[in-house]
Amino acid sequence: MLADAWLIAAKDLRLEWRSRVTLAQIAPFAVLVLVLFGFALDPDRGLLAAATPGLYWVAVLFASVLAVQRAFAVESTESSRDILLLSGVVPSGVFLGKALAISVQLLALEVLLLGGVAVFYGATLRGWLLLAVTVLSATAGIAAAGSLYGVLATGLRVRDTLVPLLMLPVLAPVLLGATRAFEAALEDTPADGWPWAGLLVLFALAYLGAGVAAYGSLLEET
Amino acid sequence: MTIDTNAGGPQHPEPSLRRDEAAAGDARSAPTGTGSRFTRLLGLALIIGGAAVAWLAFVATPPDVVQGESVRLLYVHVPSVSVAYMACMLTTVASAVWLRRRTEWWDLVASSSAEVGAVFTAVTLLSGMVWGQATWGTPWEWDARLTSTLFLFLLLLGYLGLRGATEDRTARGRRSAIVGLLLVPNVIVVNQSVNWWRSLHQDATLFRTDGDFRIEGLQLFTWVFATVVAIGFFVWLLVHRFRVGWLADRAEDRAIDEALAVRRAEGGTGGAP
Repeated sequence: MLADAWLIAAKDLRLEWRSRVTLAQIAPFAVLVLVLFGFALDPDRGLLAAATPGLYWVAVLFASVLAVQRAFAVESTESSRDILLLSGVVPSGVFLGKALAISVQLLALEVLLLGGVAVFYGATLRGWLLLAVTVLSATAGIAAAGSLYGVLATGLRVRDTLVPLLMLPVLAPVLLGATRAFEAALEDTPADGWPWAGLLVLFALAYLGAGVAAYGSLLEET
Repeated sequence: MTIDTNAGGPQHPEPSLRRDEAAAGDARSAPTGTGSRFTRLLGLALIIGGAAVAWLAFVATPPDVVQGESVRLLYVHVPSVSVAYMACMLTTVASAVWLRRRTEWWDLVASSSAEVGAVFTAVTLLSGMVWGQATWGTPWEWDARLTSTLFLFLLLLGYLGLRGATEDRTARGRRSAIVGLLLVPNVIVVNQSVNWWRSLHQDATLFRTDGDFRIEGLQLFTWVFATVVAIGFFVWLLVHRFRVGWLADRAEDRAIDEALAVRRAEGGTGGAP
């Protein structure tokens, strides 16, 4: 399973490296969202500084919708799924591979956006251990839930509009938890943030488990 | 609603090549409408019951000491939220059974329940906002129960959107069963996380049950009776929605059979593969 996951992830990342969609389109979009928040909430009134953790994670969620759609758009033709099945890769491996590839891309985006909030919002980044655990666990949760709900909409004509409707309500607890944990880290009160990081870890594990269990059934369809 | 499943379509040249013998057989014996003796009797009982609830809620019960006239919203809001949660549970359970048994029956139970449940969730949210405006002076409060009910509504809309968009019936069953199965767990996670978030920031919630108000006597009876009527209404809608779904699938089968027959007649092959 893990070897298959690695194969799929490597394939997706190679595709991304050659097409550079995340790098050239999704990353600029995420930065643009940060800048638009700056326009919406006047930087001089202190609102931006107070809202930094929430805005950061909303930007991440928006970008993750695009990343998930991209990850399944490359599998959307009927033959590519057949080839995937015929190749003998186990479905749970496909799921973990997809989630891993999405995670790697999201992590790169999140590092970029951390720089973005430091520059545009004047945020002082600290509480690095909590920040790192939050970023890793929230990303794993977003990628796992995204891979599960993303595959549900493959091949549908309304895929692009359906994926956010399916994904974002499910990811609301991640936004809540990650925002609170970030607040705690940036305010230098990490003790308040660790329980939320724990919630994020549990969410990620639950969705990784659900995806491993459900993918067999979802991929077997014609 | 009436679908004429007995209309004499072109006879299939080779019955053994029929796409799905069993389904076609069902189509012939299937009801031609969604009403039945049971639903008509239930419907009649619900009309009488609904009128009785309206009388009890508006005329017979007294206004509340604390809340005044606005307490009458309780007889709409609380039964509808009970039914909404019940429908949501039924969708999740039926989805789980579908994943084991894989029959159209459970698929349609899950989806019909979700659709009717979405209506009751919308009624819950709207009546709750009106009641909130009247009693707390605000239509919305970031409370775990309100927020998770809103998320339940959004998740149900996602479920129904996915079902509506998936044309292949087997794929539709698989995909919606996964979303349906995760429906209740997702609502619980949202509920718990919001609860935790608000309990860190707020000392008291508007939903303190201690001494808020007590319900007894005729008010209690009206509440219980309204809940029974709401459950009856849910069952009535569920049965009808289920039958509409069933007939729609049969109509689709028949359309495919007819298209096949026309093609074969054009080729004059008598249905040889």
